[in-house]
Amino acid sequence: MERCDVLVIGGGPGGLAAACAAKKEGAASVIVLERDSRAGGILNQCIHDGFGLIRYNCELTGPEYAVRALREAEMAGAEILLSRHVSDIKKAGPDGYVVSAYTENGIEEYSTRTIVLATGCRERTRGNISIPGSRPAGVFTAGVAQNLVNIRNIMIGKRVVILGSGDIGLIMARRLTLEGAKVLAVAEIMPQPTGLARNVSQCLYEFGIPIYVKTTVSNIIGKRKLEAVELSDLDGNGKVIPGTARRIDCDALVLSVGLIPENEVAQTVGVRLFPNNAVDTDKYLQTSVPGVFSCGNSRHVMDLADYVSEQGAMAGRNAVHLINGQEMESWDEEKSNCMKKGFPEEGTVTCTTCPNGCQVRWDEKTGTFSGNRCMRGSRFAMQERTAPVRTVTTTVRTESGGLIPVRTAGKVDKASVLPLVGKLREITTGDKHHVGEEICDIIIDGKDIRILSTARGGK
Amino acid sequence: MENVFDVIVIGAGAVGCSVARELARYELKVLVLEKECDVAYGTSGRMSGVVHAGFNNKTGSLMAKLCVEGNKGFEAVCRELDIPYKKTGKVLVAFDNADMEALEGIIARGKANGCEGLRLLDKEEIRGLVPGIGGIGGMLSPNTAIFDPFEYCIAHAENAMDNGVEFRFNSEVTAARKDGDGIFTVTAGGKEYRARYIINSAGLYCDRISSMLGIDGYRIYPCRGQYYILDKVADELLDIPAYPVPKPGIGGLGVHLTPTIDGNIIIGPSAEYLDDPDDYASTPEVMEKLFTEAKALLPAVERRYIIGNYCGIRPKQAPPGEGGFRDFVIKEEEGCPGLINLIGIESPGFTAAVPIAKMVCDMLGKHIDMVPKKEFNPIRKGRIRFRELTKEAQEKLIKENPEYGEIICRCQNVTRAEIRTAIENRFGARSISSIKYRAWATTGRCNGGYCLAKIVDMLVHDYHMKPEEITFRGDGSAMFSGEVK
Repeated sequence: MERCDVLVIGGGPGGLAAACAAKKEGAASVIVLERDSRAGGILNQCIHDGFGLIRYNCELTGPEYAVRALREAEMAGAEILLSRHVSDIKKAGPDGYVVSAYTENGIEEYSTRTIVLATGCRERTRGNISIPGSRPAGVFTAGVAQNLVNIRNIMIGKRVVILGSGDIGLIMARRLTLEGAKVLAVAEIMPQPTGLARNVSQCLYEFGIPIYVKTTVSNIIGKRKLEAVELSDLDGNGKVIPGTARRIDCDALVLSVGLIPENEVAQTVGVRLFPNNAVDTDKYLQTSVPGVFSCGNSRHVMDLADYVSEQGAMAGRNAVHLINGQEMESWDEEKSNCMKKGFPEEGTVTCTTCPNGCQVRWDEKTGTFSGNRCMRGSRFAMQERTAPVRTVTTTVRTESGGLIPVRTAGKVDKASVLPLVGKLREITTGDKHHVGEEICDIIIDGKDIRILSTARGGK
Repeated sequence: MENVFDVIVIGAGAVGCSVARELARYELKVLVLEKECDVAYGTSGRMSGVVHAGFNNKTGSLMAKLCVEGNKGFEAVCRELDIPYKKTGKVLVAFDNADMEALEGIIARGKANGCEGLRLLDKEEIRGLVPGIGGIGGMLSPNTAIFDPFEYCIAHAENAMDNGVEFRFNSEVTAARKDGDGIFTVTAGGKEYRARYIINSAGLYCDRISSMLGIDGYRIYPCRGQYYILDKVADELLDIPAYPVPKPGIGGLGVHLTPTIDGNIIIGPSAEYLDDPDDYASTPEVMEKLFTEAKALLPAVERRYIIGNYCGIRPKQAPPGEGGFRDFVIKEEEGCPGLINLIGIESPGFTAAVPIAKMVCDMLGKHIDMVPKKEFNPIRKGRIRFRELTKEAQEKLIKENPEYGEIICRCQNVTRAEIRTAIENRFGARSISSIKYRAWATTGRCNGGYCLAKIVDMLVHDYHMKPEEITFRGDGSAMFSGEVK
């Protein structure tokens, strides 16, 4: 049985940061158990950019962020063990636990003094929200759709309706559009989109995708294959207003209707949960079970991976502090909740430089910007007024039929986005590549655009 | 001749599969025709999963007789065929004195039908069995049980196959006739099959099949039942099916709570007459009603436990105005000798399926010499259920096959090896639903959020299916439009 001081369950952003921080804080041995065959968790399928602005002060795609977090943890000396599916945690002695994990070699056991739970979250499903109608093929949660489209090279449909305007739903609206699908509508039951304003702006407005608030999918139609959905207006109590149903023919319905903390493993050791499945921790991120910490989306669903990492790092440090009898750090709940959500304000530019999403307004008379919390806001707004540019992220097909995530080396003219993505759909590249490797050059309007891989591929 | 059989069974639901297996005991050439890509794709795969005791049915009816007989033999059949089964008993919950009086009648009827052990429960006793249950008292039926309806059909079909019965899936019967030589010709899936006897176990479509052979006069009234599925809270809430006292005239037994063999709880079913025997849509009004009624039975039920819903459709003979139950029709048609019609096999049809199959054998025995097959093997081994094994047994399996060490479905702890076994099923059914029924992946609280992409990946890479060939439930239910690029 392997022994360690801090055992981290889950190798996504929270777990990797926890491991890295615990090691740096002086833990003798730190192990991460990750069920997938690569570290990074859900970041691997989040091929879009916008990660890392807080933690690394630069804009990264999900896979790039994952690679950084992994390298940091490894450099710090944490041991990252993949393809380990934790089944349960048992209390062992007065100050320790035994964690069991399924692996291809059998059931492994780890003895540890402290545990950091970083098991992430799962998506709320159609079943959870009880949408009426039939149960045909063609209904997906946004995360599953993202996995299929970005990693497995499987297209979920050509005419898509999205229910829910959480960030994954918004990101998928753009993603599916870039891959040639028509996103017919985004329906949101609340009066405002629930995702970040910058995503409403970048993912919907820029592609002319309509969003209908106080609206739900009131019926799913199609016996075997999805044929259509009905959208209906909702009254102030969230009830469908009779007679408002309108039919939209579609072959895929994507649900982005919320996330639920995943705490099945936590429950095996009796960690106390709230009714919404979030973990009841103290301000030090310690659960009701002494020595067991929780962080990131498994503790409480968060908006940004950066904050998941920050919180993971604190949980990792606190685990070490607990062992050493030192004072623990406390987490500021407000810190991770400062981003502008919902509709961008009329007549403003939503600054996408960072997740804050400042609503920057240009005053014609005075020639000044307002609403931005820092200089980047006015720079961004100025650029938007004169020559808007974007970082483009998409995928490129590999020879073996897979996909690698890619990005443009720098920002490109906004007008080039669709032609560029179109050209990239025609390209096939080799299976082996490393992060940052140049995949190809595309020339659009006489400008040379370098395309870089954002993840490692091949064995 | 290749397509000439002694008996053709139409429909591979619970009854068709049971008939197939009973016929497999004899020296007969038997074919089962099924319109879907797998067994249990109709009514049989969309029910409560309860083995009834037989007190609900009119004394002297076939329903009562065959249900009681089926209940008595059910456990033994499940043991032979490795079908998950658990004798939980069942409670009927009375909400008022009228219900309590009705229960006395039910107990008397049950006794007359041959059900054993029925007894009244006072409020304290019933709460002892189901803590927190509503009502003022009730009744216990000790012989009611729960089982896995999918595995039942799969097991019967597999065992029938092991013993020589042939199955053709994706073979909807589109025409049937009886020729002058007394031989039936059935057209299904574009092919013709000939046989001396036809067993019509077509469920919701049995009236249509009968009409094809000139026997009119039957009419099936589809009656939908909607269900909710709750997360695995059975351990905490309820380990015995809890029904309201049935009200006369409704199409079913009332909305009840049933633990599944897997530890979930199901709520339902409603009873709504439909015109379309294929309309499995859930409706908001009924969903709301189900929840309210379930909450009245067991106040501890909460909305946040809901992980899914589904619908089944009863093949009822009783028309909407009449409601209630009309007795099973199990007979060889005088107007069409050689056609054995099984009409209106609704609840308790699953419980009664084996006795029905035995009746069919008896009917055939009047025409032909039913010679027992010497090599008939009644035993069928089911799948390995990794999560139910001890850690030692799991460890051993992983050593033999490392794919048992990779959990693909996190909610149900289903391994890659089990998914592979499910994909490689003997019926060639590779739809997502067929894999689900065999491995139980995608049935948990995340509805496939974690495992679906992994299963699809196996179908594409290990089984060389194109994305657009992968279906949810067979033809016409493509999951995807193709590759992204």
